[in-house]
Amino acid sequence: MNNVPSIYIHYSLCIYSSCHYFNFFLKSSIFNCIVGKGPVISFEQIGILHKRFKQLSHNEDTLRRDDLNTIPDLSCNPIRTQIIEAFFDKRNFHQNGEGTVQEISFEEFLVVMSHFRPPALNMTEEQRESIRREKLRFLFNMHDTDNDGTITLEEYRHVVEELLSRSGALGKETAKGIADAAMLEVASISMGHMEPDEFYEGITFEHFLKILKDIEIETRMNIRFLNMDTTNLCK
Amino acid sequence: MSVRVALHSPRGSRSFLERGLLLLVMLIFLEGTVLTLGAASSPDISAQDNTGGGDDQRGIEGRHGHANYTKKAFPVLSLDYRHIHVPFEISLWVLLASLMKLGFHLIPRLSSIVPESCLLIVVGLLVGGLIKLAGEEVPPVLDSNLFFLCLLPPIILDAGYFLPIRPFMENIGTILMFAVVGTLWNAFFVGGLLYAVCQIEGTYLSQVELLPCLLFGSIISAVDPVAVLAVFEEIHINELLHILVFGESLLNDAVTVVLYHLFEEYSDAGEVTPMDVVLGVICFLIVSLGGIAVGTIYGILAAFTSRFTSHTRVIEPLFVFVYSYMAYLSAEMFHLSGIMALIACGAVMRPYVEANISHKSHTTVKYFLKMWSSVSETLIFIFLGVATVAGPHAWNWTFVSVTVILCLVSRVIGVVGLTFIINKFRIVKLTTKDQFIVAYGGLRGAIAFSLGYLLDKDLFPMRTMFLTAIITEIFFTVFVQGMTIKPLVDLLAVKKKQEAKRSINEEIHTQFLDHLLTGIEDICGHYGHHHWKDKLNRFNKKYIKKCLIAGERYKEPQLIAFYHKMEFKQAIELVESGGGVKLPSAMPSQVSMQNIQPKKLPPAVAERALPQFTKGREEEIRKILRSNLQKTRQRLRSYNRHTLVADPFEDGWNDFILKKQRMIELEKKMSNYLTVPAAPPDSPTMCRARLASDPNAFYNIKASSDGVPTIQVDLASPQSPDSVNMLNEFSKRGATDQGLGQREGADRDEDQGLMMKPSSAGIEEKGEEGGGNKNPGLMRCLSDPGPSNEDEEDEPFLP
Repeated sequence: MNNVPSIYIHYSLCIYSSCHYFNFFLKSSIFNCIVGKGPVISFEQIGILHKRFKQLSHNEDTLRRDDLNTIPDLSCNPIRTQIIEAFFDKRNFHQNGEGTVQEISFEEFLVVMSHFRPPALNMTEEQRESIRREKLRFLFNMHDTDNDGTITLEEYRHVVEELLSRSGALGKETAKGIADAAMLEVASISMGHMEPDEFYEGITFEHFLKILKDIEIETRMNIRFLNMDTTNLCK
Repeated sequence: MSVRVALHSPRGSRSFLERGLLLLVMLIFLEGTVLTLGAASSPDISAQDNTGGGDDQRGIEGRHGHANYTKKAFPVLSLDYRHIHVPFEISLWVLLASLMKLGFHLIPRLSSIVPESCLLIVVGLLVGGLIKLAGEEVPPVLDSNLFFLCLLPPIILDAGYFLPIRPFMENIGTILMFAVVGTLWNAFFVGGLLYAVCQIEGTYLSQVELLPCLLFGSIISAVDPVAVLAVFEEIHINELLHILVFGESLLNDAVTVVLYHLFEEYSDAGEVTPMDVVLGVICFLIVSLGGIAVGTIYGILAAFTSRFTSHTRVIEPLFVFVYSYMAYLSAEMFHLSGIMALIACGAVMRPYVEANISHKSHTTVKYFLKMWSSVSETLIFIFLGVATVAGPHAWNWTFVSVTVILCLVSRVIGVVGLTFIINKFRIVKLTTKDQFIVAYGGLRGAIAFSLGYLLDKDLFPMRTMFLTAIITEIFFTVFVQGMTIKPLVDLLAVKKKQEAKRSINEEIHTQFLDHLLTGIEDICGHYGHHHWKDKLNRFNKKYIKKCLIAGERYKEPQLIAFYHKMEFKQAIELVESGGGVKLPSAMPSQVSMQNIQPKKLPPAVAERALPQFTKGREEEIRKILRSNLQKTRQRLRSYNRHTLVADPFEDGWNDFILKKQRMIELEKKMSNYLTVPAAPPDSPTMCRARLASDPNAFYNIKASSDGVPTIQVDLASPQSPDSVNMLNEFSKRGATDQGLGQREGADRDEDQGLMMKPSSAGIEEKGEEGGGNKNPGLMRCLSDPGPSNEDEEDEPFLP
């Protein structure tokens, strides 16, 4: 399951370069073999995502931040900046890269999207766990902006502030308190007892997994990729 | 009223009357001895009121009993059981039900093997048997009126009010599919095949026609919410499966109602035209949507009413119940789906009502709902047992066994078939295990019985046979399936529900995830589930909340509301644990703010840190703090007690007024306030607790308190002028932080959780004196020592 994204890249490259994608998809069954129970993002869905990509990028080959910034529906999303940054974050491309890029091509777009694919019907425990880690890693990366492996208090505060950024002054005042309380909770769950002079550096990925173990992320962090083309309906 | 109708059957009451007479004769005998003794020592024989029917006049006469002792003719004690028999019998039944419930949980291992519902039915059977053994007619306890108007609504309201909206809405498609299509399929499959079986020679059932069969099928096919709740609550299944089965049982009501009325209607006419089918579909839409509309209207009305109840907190919870019951009755009046109306009403009103009413009222609502629903549930199962003994039975092996088998088969086929279709549309597919549990969890219950009971004897000569079959099916599902489902769930290793309470991190990430998914959907360019939910949320926030929630709280985003609730809960937990140093174990007790705050402080903050104290000084301050907290606690405790029970007609009223005046005087005298800035993430309570235990925390809190909530402790009686000055220093330094502290305090006042507000005069006085310190509620809630320290209660009010 871990290497699925690379397959995506492979395919999307093919799609992207050849543009005969439907024929190509039908011929190749490697994808099906890897995933087992049918494709998780089907070929039609990739085709539609490609269409949307073209629409967003105004028929360019690459997508820039401004293209995403101008999506009207997105404008009232409190965590808009984080979402957009996630698309330009190299860590989410499965290439062991770091830092950000200025523009992304369709394959990168697709790889980021693939984090939101629905789970297959029957998964083994290991598959479930690896999907879980992958999805949580994506979330973790969204919070860990400086890529030092921990979510520090500052970063966490920033997250909560963004979450509450639509609620005016009230939100700003409380955000700090909430973030601090949450951080304290993490520290107490993951560290247990701490001496007064000890210092909790921040949430590591392992701690992150631990505190969110009750959120069934593998069944929740997914969206429905459409089989129909509705791009002209949306702004 | 319907209770009266139900229980006021002449035969039943006479039997009770006779037994009641026996009982009372014995009581009179006992009372007679007490009376003479009592008359000799004191004229007070109020104990007589208990048996004398509670008639005041008789009580008064009895008081002069010894004066009239020689006049034999005067009825010292008379008996009028008929006068009280209806409420008396109701109370008896309720008492029996409650005692039974109590008893089961005293037997340690019983409840883990056998579900409570089974035990209750057995108890009902026993009680029915006893009544029958006594040679009396078993009262028709499970009368349809009683059931639908009194017993069912509390259970459904409880279910609707505490409906987990999120999983419900996320799975609404699947639930509706099971509830509507599944129930239709079951009804026609069971009804049709039963008719076919009845036509076979040798079953002696050839007189059963098609329409009664279909009617029977529609009665028997609906999954029963009461039975499902009773069983599923004990097996702690995961949220998804629970909501699937439970949601189905709630929403299939509309289908059942329509099918029932349809077939009942056409059993007269005997013929169904295509036009009738179309009408039936329209009727279904009207019944279900109409029910939801009625419920929504009442729900909004309830929410709107609760906006204005801040001055009459006492009757606040009542609105929740009355509006919901009105919704149910109004829906039933038009033969709409009452269950759906109740669900809609409860679910709609809850978020707004919860924001408006006080914490105490919320607790009251919660407990009342739970109490009523559990008593209703217990009664229903007991009555099922009694009705089984009572009812005339017509046992037909073929009919009964075919019914049971067909119900199982149709349920399995229905679930598997529907899941096959649904899984094409679901993101998270239903596994085979899930399907099995959904199919196996389809329990039938008292609703089916009551519907069968409603059938007209003349129209349906096979009514008794139907009732017998329904009871058998109920018993089969409740006993066989209900008892085996728990081991099966363990055997199949179906995921269980997580019991852990929601943490703030989970809340943050749930919110984050919601926004993230909405954003990704927007980027993908399609309007999906998350998109519409987000739209609805924003609409709700912008318009509806403004109308329905009082004050400023409508602006509060969910996360902040959650945060406040959490803090509040912690405060209560702290107080309940004795208000001492020890923190509840669930709390981050071992880690404090200093562990997560960067150590190097901004210079501005460091400057404002306290001057170094000597060890002796420090000790002194802590002593003062501790002792004063103690005193505040005592003082406030007595104050609270009286505020809470404040009833102008109570004997202690004058005493209370006196105390209150002294209280106000005292508060005028209090000119010293100590402000201890607290670190924000530590809820104030925790800070205080640490304050008492850990001297280091003192400085750390101070150091990290730049613009954070503060806790303010007023000194009831300063011990030495020296220390007071020191504390005044504190308050000056903390003055900048007070603004926030007040806001925090104001929020808490809105919560009103732990206690009612003291009289407004008191607050104002205090506010003036205390330099704008207007959050006594906070202090009070923090200072209540809880149920311990009983011995200090009688201490003089003032120190």
